[in-house]
Amino acid sequence: MEAISPIVSNLIIFVLAVYVGYHVVWNVTPALHTPLMSVTNAISAIIIVGAMLAAALTATGLGKAMGVLAVALAAVNVFGGFLVTRRMLEMFRKKEPKTGSAEKK
Amino acid sequence: MTLSMNIVVLLYLVASIFFIQALKGLSHPTTSRRGNTFGMVGMAIAIVTTVALIYKTAPAIATSGMVWVLVGLVVGGAVGTTIAFKVEMTKMPEMVAFMHSMIGLAAVFIAIAAVAEPAAFSIADAKGAIPVGNRIELFIGAFVGAITFSGSVIAFGKLSGKYKFRLFQGAPVVFSGQHMLNLAIGIAMFAFGAWFAANQSWPAFWAMLALAFVLGVLIIIPIGGADMPVVVSMLNSYSGWAAAGIGFSLNNFMLIVAGSLVGSSGAILSYIMCKAMNRSFFNVILGGFGGETAVAAGSKEQRPVRSGSADDAAFLMENADTVIIVPGYGLAVARAQHPLKELADKLIEKGVKVKYAIHPVAGRMPGHMNVLLAEAEVPYDQVYEMEDINGEFGEADVALILGANDVVNPAAKDPKSAIAGMPILEAYKAKQVIVNKRSMASGYAGLDNELFYMPKTMMVFGDAKKIVEDINKAIH
Repeated sequence: MEAISPIVSNLIIFVLAVYVGYHVVWNVTPALHTPLMSVTNAISAIIIVGAMLAAALTATGLGKAMGVLAVALAAVNVFGGFLVTRRMLEMFRKKEPKTGSAEKK
Repeated sequence: MTLSMNIVVLLYLVASIFFIQALKGLSHPTTSRRGNTFGMVGMAIAIVTTVALIYKTAPAIATSGMVWVLVGLVVGGAVGTTIAFKVEMTKMPEMVAFMHSMIGLAAVFIAIAAVAEPAAFSIADAKGAIPVGNRIELFIGAFVGAITFSGSVIAFGKLSGKYKFRLFQGAPVVFSGQHMLNLAIGIAMFAFGAWFAANQSWPAFWAMLALAFVLGVLIIIPIGGADMPVVVSMLNSYSGWAAAGIGFSLNNFMLIVAGSLVGSSGAILSYIMCKAMNRSFFNVILGGFGGETAVAAGSKEQRPVRSGSADDAAFLMENADTVIIVPGYGLAVARAQHPLKELADKLIEKGVKVKYAIHPVAGRMPGHMNVLLAEAEVPYDQVYEMEDINGEFGEADVALILGANDVVNPAAKDPKSAIAGMPILEAYKAKQVIVNKRSMASGYAGLDNELFYMPKTMMVFGDAKKIVEDINKAIH
């Protein structure tokens, strides 16, 4: 059998992933749309995979600099995105009625 | 390291499933935290797998390379962690815009590295050149990333509203020939992209990137402050497509899957926001909204309204069976969420049924108001979305509207109105309506609100926090 071009197999993956994303995201409750956005920020930081390859495997100054900067930028999102999402979702935790804990700030 | 490429790809598949689980968890608050944990584990798997991939690809330089990776990881991770713990919830839109810009710029940097050293990413052919298909994909990933970056920087400035720089102000920047200029720059950008695809020319690549950065600025400046929920969602989508584009160019399916999930998520949010504002997506993108209409609002005759005090409002609510609270962004600006929660608790203690009604564009980004209420420890089961609560306003004794305007304007039901067809919270159906505003100024749409002039409406003027605190004092 003839080998499939990587472009075509990438396209297949792309279309299926968009399809899955479309259906999963419509099920997200509107109350959690802000956490959805911050967690997708963290997920799009998956670009760190490409950044790590650039930082580790390049040899020239330009390639290395771009790679390290890209790792740093993506890492901001990996940590910032997941942690701020967790912070927000903690607020949506059902609270036991306790007294005197309402005052913060 | 004896790790076959098949194992690497299978581990990426596991990480992809975990990311899908992270999104799926957000269908309900009770499952959402577990979902977020899934996301973190997925990311950890992807990163560790990539470390293994680095050792497999180039064992000789892997360890020194990993030092560089760690430098970036530690610096970026420290910054991200600090921001995540410090950011105020009212500032979430800015934080999200900031994070979009990070992804956009990272995509650009990776594309530059890939053009500089394609062999490092195993995308070079025998002669060291990048195949044409990957060049086109690199071009797409780089220009989407560049637009995401510069567009997000402008969005960040507009959202924070504390910079004097004209492009960072909420009012749209509009000039004649704007759309033609954008079109010309877009065409030129694609021309340079085609040139790059044809002969892998550096000058063409840099020119294409420069134009994309300019285009990102030009696309966002004509969009007014009121349309920020759409802009933030749209840039969310772009950042995902940028990641997917880089995934295509590096033949890395992990990036394609995660990027597509984010891209479609942002697209859906943009659609939901446009619908909630009754605007078409193109209408928002072409921009200019909010500037000219705000001027028109200045010249309108004074009409009498019934105004009352905080005591009057307290009396009405104390004696009601059901109260529906409609919080708008004005409430968050006044930082009145905590006193409001106290008010609701007092009413509930007196046997009043209290519910919150949230319009989809109540904050400055999708779901923003829900987070602000959750921060004030309002239980999420007291908070209702527009479709779920609109049927209940007719039964409610009091609708308390705090810092909201257009989203409760009954003019939306009038086919002749500028906001005809916009979905609204039907607060005007309640038996009594209490509206707290700082003044009679109109909302973003620049329209007069009939609701304020109804005989059953009582206006309580003043700062939302002060008024809610006064109402609290008046309830015994």
